[in-house]
Amino acid sequence: MSRHFDLIIIGAGPAGLAAAIYTARAGVSTLVMDQSSAGGQVKTTHQVANYPGFVEPVPGHQLATAMKKQAERYGARFELAADISAVSLTGEEKWVEADGERYQARFVLIATGSSPRLLNVPGEIEFKGTGISYCATCDGEFYTGKDIVVVGGGNSAMEESLMLLQHVNSITVIHQFDMLQAEKITADKMMQHPKVNFLWSHEPRGFAKEGEHMVVTAQNLKSGELVTVTRDGVFVFVGMLPNTGLFREAGLQTNAYGYLVTNDAMETNLPGVYAAGDVRDKRYRQIATAVGDGTIASLEIIRKL
Amino acid sequence: MLYTNLEHVTSREQLQQVIEENEKVAVCCGRMGPMCIPVYEIFEILRDKYPDIQFMDMEFDSPDAAVIRNLPECSTFRGLPFTVYYRNGEVVKATSSIQTAKQIKDIIGEVFA
Repeated sequence: MSRHFDLIIIGAGPAGLAAAIYTARAGVSTLVMDQSSAGGQVKTTHQVANYPGFVEPVPGHQLATAMKKQAERYGARFELAADISAVSLTGEEKWVEADGERYQARFVLIATGSSPRLLNVPGEIEFKGTGISYCATCDGEFYTGKDIVVVGGGNSAMEESLMLLQHVNSITVIHQFDMLQAEKITADKMMQHPKVNFLWSHEPRGFAKEGEHMVVTAQNLKSGELVTVTRDGVFVFVGMLPNTGLFREAGLQTNAYGYLVTNDAMETNLPGVYAAGDVRDKRYRQIATAVGDGTIASLEIIRKL
Repeated sequence: MLYTNLEHVTSREQLQQVIEENEKVAVCCGRMGPMCIPVYEIFEILRDKYPDIQFMDMEFDSPDAAVIRNLPECSTFRGLPFTVYYRNGEVVKATSSIQTAKQIKDIIGEVFA
């Protein structure tokens, strides 16, 4: 089996899959690699209501599966759940190593997306799933009638909190600023809710467990004082981070937040290396914009081959 | 109803039979939710790479899923899915919430090697 391709797409979310549909259909030998299954964040989205072409909301996993099948139909090859260990993005031939194999191509498209940001404080990983959660729809029910902490004050934090309020007895929001960053309509609902209180200008510094309870140590960012908050569980919603860890040493230009910088043709600073979707430095991150990025990158690559 | 391509465990008797007849069994017990779907799909991919392991799923809300929900190994779990690994009929590992492909492969290396 050949391990040499015209194009390797790293990341099988909407940007990568859209690109694969175009390139494979144009006869460009295309390999799509991902450390997980196909679909990116779409597959974990309960319902997608704003992607054109669907009158009724479509389950995210269904949309993701259809995109993958469409790419496969035109001959794109997939290496999923791949343990990608090294990449080389300079020179005429680029390569990607995964699960002990080396895959080569003239062009590489990085479409690795972004992931929920972790707090990276002691206890967070240890208690994930046993007291710390990242999904209200999945785990809210485990906290029915309980008192919980929500960390974060942006849109996703407040929207997930409103969902959690259908189950829980109370929410203490720990937020690093002294006002919510969520849209006003959502923020107002939270501010006025009788079951919600706020710990402003605080950040978690660690999590511990006492019996069935979670103990959050939080620091007042103005005074430096540490306080502890004991509740039944903790939900963390503190934004997203670009998935660029694989490319740290690759010489790619990034913005201050680590997102990859491209031109309008999705070209990075490295010749033959493109970036598309949420991993790219841009203002709006939507399925439709990711698909647009992937399309532009693929057309550029087709034109150059 | 789980819309996956995995074989579904639908009763406690079936699960008992599967773990008695197969040395290595992994069961992802969840819903069609954001934290569960990636694990089912990773199981589907790994099924081809590890033919000696039975990768299955089970609907978390089915009454018979109590056989997993009530396992001592899952007693502190508060995140879906509950993923349980059996070897020779015994639970050798259980995880709560989403896991990456790498984490699952590491567990397979740890408990099924």
